Amino acid sequence: MNSARDLILDDPGWLIAVKGLLVFVFCVLCTLMAIWFERRIVARMQLRLGPNRVGKFGLLQSLADGVKLALKEDLIPAAADKLVFIIAPIISATTCFMAFAVIPMSGPVKMFGQETAFQLTDIPVGVLYILSVASVGVYGIVLAGWSSGSTYPLLGGLRSSAQVISYEIAMGLSLVAVFLYAGSMSTIDIVDAQDQFWYAIVLFPSFIIYAISMVGETNRAPFDLAEAEGELVGGFHTEYSSLKFALFFLAEYVNIVGVSALATTLFLGGYHAPPGLGFTESWLGGWFTFIWFFIKVVLFFFVFVWLRGTLPRLRYDQFMQFGWKVLIPANVAWIMVVAVLRYFTLNGASRTSILIFGGAILVIFLMGSSLYERSKAKKGEVTASAVDAPAPYPVPELPMKISTFTVPRAERERE
Amino acid sequence: MSELEPKRAIDGAAEESIHIPIAGPASLFTQLKGFWVTFAAQFKKVTTVQYPEVKEPTAPRFHGRHQLNRHPDGLEKCIGCELCAWACPADAIYVEGADNSDEQRYSPGERYGKVYQINYLRCIFCGLCIEACPTRALTMTNEYELADDSRKKLIFEKEDLLAPLRSGMLQPPHPYYPGTDDQDYYHGRVTEAHPSQEQK
Repeated sequence: MNSARDLILDDPGWLIAVKGLLVFVFCVLCTLMAIWFERRIVARMQLRLGPNRVGKFGLLQSLADGVKLALKEDLIPAAADKLVFIIAPIISATTCFMAFAVIPMSGPVKMFGQETAFQLTDIPVGVLYILSVASVGVYGIVLAGWSSGSTYPLLGGLRSSAQVISYEIAMGLSLVAVFLYAGSMSTIDIVDAQDQFWYAIVLFPSFIIYAISMVGETNRAPFDLAEAEGELVGGFHTEYSSLKFALFFLAEYVNIVGVSALATTLFLGGYHAPPGLGFTESWLGGWFTFIWFFIKVVLFFFVFVWLRGTLPRLRYDQFMQFGWKVLIPANVAWIMVVAVLRYFTLNGASRTSILIFGGAILVIFLMGSSLYERSKAKKGEVTASAVDAPAPYPVPELPMKISTFTVPRAERERE
Repeated sequence: MSELEPKRAIDGAAEESIHIPIAGPASLFTQLKGFWVTFAAQFKKVTTVQYPEVKEPTAPRFHGRHQLNRHPDGLEKCIGCELCAWACPADAIYVEGADNSDEQRYSPGERYGKVYQINYLRCIFCGLCIEACPTRALTMTNEYELADDSRKKLIFEKEDLLAPLRSGMLQPPHPYYPGTDDQDYYHGRVTEAHPSQEQK
């Protein structure tokens, strides 16, 4: 049997075009359904029903919303930089689709009589390509905020750029462990390397860090600081209307589906069936693998919705602190552990020696953390006594004194 | 007064250590509990009412559209006193009274409300008009579907507000029930219309 890569490389030109179109249609349909799904699920979490009027179960709601958006007046503010203002949503919307080119969405299948796989192309540095395309997508947001010629969009755009840059580091670092284990950056190889164990289990910390940073990367709640409607009106897209706004909306949801698909590929075994259900992969002429892929993406999307329904938005400084002081250092430490373990396994170290080594590291880590906790507790005492010291500026005493001010008439009544 | 004084002297010997909890991330369990709340909520009964198709009854004393009531024989209770208009804080009621005569009798007593308008663009449904009404002519129904598409349609005239004629009632103007006067009406001694009251 040919490997999926050979099948893809053998594709005739027309099939590549058809697959490109199919990927595009898949993304757009996913967006329409994702918006509906999100609104319904969030509504259920808030004891509401959600959209249920347009079409069966409200399934056509997002289509109706899209038509409504398209028919609206397209405003360009007088203070806007017109060219950039128009280009920004286009950048956002195109780059998010590009990431899908290297996502393997099914195993070997027959498509219009051709043996192939549902994947547009495969490049040796596929995952890096996705990361780079995602960061180009940020330009759309930054430029949109800058070109609007208005304060809030500018703030939203700046926040977004800072956010995506910080979380891209954590995201990229969490992928390093996957590269170390798979020995490749090609998405096909990574999926094939997970035929025994999913990396979500083997590299659990990486998976968690990726899952957190992908929420930050896509500007989604609780990390939706770039479009915090309570603080920045609408963030970077405040001045956008009509189809340009729809493009941003589309980009956001395609991005979510994109990072979910990447997470599926890197950590949940891609299009492969869950362990023990491998026999299903040959069903429907191999197309059942696409269903497995889709189910996993939907699972990720559900988590996105769940987060949105549960957590309040983070404050900006908390968000940055979390990214730089927790995710990145934890990631670096974890990569060190993975690299060392990987080195010893590849050089033929036995399982017991690795376990002993890992146990030793764990003991050192626990000792270090308990020492840290103790020092923190001491620091807490110091702060308490610092409160008693006279402050350099007038502050109310702790605990607060109750005012003994009395009204003269009240005095008289008491006597 | 003295018990309000703080127990601890400012620089006294009785130093109390102040406990300041160090703010940190909530425990993992607390965080998971929050996720469980939203997850479990998905399977609870939704509170949404599919309004135009399903209409839940209002509270029994809900303040809805007004109604001008009638005496049991069909005469109007409104005597055109304008107390409702004066009580109205939103200036939503306009009343013009006129004199009853034996030939043209709309209500027991001297006067009746000739023009009676309530502007539902102004009305705040506070019910002060109902409290002001001396004859219980004005009350409120539970009807709340008052939206319309023009200002004119939302000014309700007397014929929009009058209670419908029930069986045994006669359309005013018509004379008193034979052998009664306005006092009998107010004391509820008139319980139905008499055939002789019908005017040709």
